[in-house]
Amino acid sequence: MQIEQGLAESPAVPRRGGGDVAESRDAEAVRAVVELDRLVRRYGEREALSSVSLSLQERQTLVVFGPNGAGKTTLLRVLATLLRPHSGRVEVLGESIPERAWAVRGRIGLLGHEPLLYRELSARENLRFHARLHDVSRERVEQLLAAVQIDRRADEPIRTLSRGMVQRVAVARAVLHDPELLLLDEPHSNLDPAATELVEPLIGAASGRTRVICSHDPGGGLAEADLVLGLREGHPALLAPARDVDAATVTELYR
Amino acid sequence: MSATIPGSESARRPVASGERADGRRGTTPTLNVVRALLRKELLVELRTLESVPGMSLFAVTTFVVFHFALNRNSIDGDLAAGVLWVTLLFAAMLGVNRLFVADADQGGFDGFLLAPVERSAMLIAKLLALLVYLVVLELVAVPAFLLLLAPSSDHALCSLIGVLALGDVGIAAIGTLVAALAVRTRARDLLGPLLALPLLVPIVIGGARASSPLLVLGHAGSPAARWLLTLGLYDLVFGLIAYALFDFLLED
Repeated sequence: MQIEQGLAESPAVPRRGGGDVAESRDAEAVRAVVELDRLVRRYGEREALSSVSLSLQERQTLVVFGPNGAGKTTLLRVLATLLRPHSGRVEVLGESIPERAWAVRGRIGLLGHEPLLYRELSARENLRFHARLHDVSRERVEQLLAAVQIDRRADEPIRTLSRGMVQRVAVARAVLHDPELLLLDEPHSNLDPAATELVEPLIGAASGRTRVICSHDPGGGLAEADLVLGLREGHPALLAPARDVDAATVTELYR
Repeated sequence: MSATIPGSESARRPVASGERADGRRGTTPTLNVVRALLRKELLVELRTLESVPGMSLFAVTTFVVFHFALNRNSIDGDLAAGVLWVTLLFAAMLGVNRLFVADADQGGFDGFLLAPVERSAMLIAKLLALLVYLVVLELVAVPAFLLLLAPSSDHALCSLIGVLALGDVGIAAIGTLVAALAVRTRARDLLGPLLALPLLVPIVIGGARASSPLLVLGHAGSPAARWLLTLGLYDLVFGLIAYALFDFLLED
């Protein structure tokens, strides 16, 4: 398929393992979790995101591809309400951003390049700290420490853990409050195949959450995606259902 | 852990739901958040010892320098009060500069901003943490000051503690506000003191004037009420300004 194709309007996207979203709308079981209409975000004079429009529905996965500096992380941070859009309309979980950002905080899980963990605190202390911020029980913390198999080293400072272990703790932190929307920036970085499998029930398709994933892996990303967005210097160069996109088309974005 | 079997229904939610017991997903009670933030703050400081030991050592070293530079075994009145307050102020700046560094460098701001919490909880927790640092600083610095520069037993120590406490609240309020403003800039180590010192001048003036009669050798008096009132009002005004502005400092 051609890059730049189908950007005029958001395509109807089939849900993973289900029929077209358009078909199931009559039951009103599907709602847009992310709606972007000509989103623009600048850093100074430079436009990091230019006129990005898309619609992502409940329990779908959007995979964002693009070379370094294309605007992927900026997009995640806008959706996480950490950056304000400079123009355009942004709705996350049915709430307008930034006006009602407070209403969606606590319903979003962000797993970015930074683990958002204090290096001097242990995994358990970090998760308990975030649990208190989200009013989540200690039992949930213990369950997640066991789920990511970090419980035996849970009392050691984060700075002493390997990158893979830190990433596992960061996954636990991101899903601690059972978020409806997961924003994942290369979530499998630093994870070995066993650890990738370990976190799959928490952040993978099996989690049943709506997900936005930034990826550089065409094969793996497409396997996860319902909808594909390709960014190039902040511009949406590709927006299509995953079934219409092949790895070669994604690779073309990086040339 | 309930189950992690991929493909099964239970694997979709492998652990218990993160919802509250009452099923509500609103804002976390601010008092709980303040307690969590303060606990984290003190725990990080205990592990790293980045602020308080440096502040205390700076103050003691400065008193030693004054002891030799003034070439006097004891000072009193205005001079003693000035030396004490200026030293405490500069020592406090070391703590102010470090106050938000771990949050800025380790993603603490993002983690906090993603939570359903009142932004002012961070202001209150940081202000309290800075107050704790200042109290520990003074527990070391004031005895060192009395030993090195004002070796007299008839100082009105209780009154001096009261004046210091009033000054500490102002330093903590202004320091927290300025530290939050400076930490996201590239020149944070420079900008913090440059912004804070002019704002803290009235605290030094009020604190020194109120402390001066307490440090007179032989016949310690009591602090003038107007200087105590000045300190109290300044604390209140900057407490309110910090409360009003803090949300905007955290947002993009």
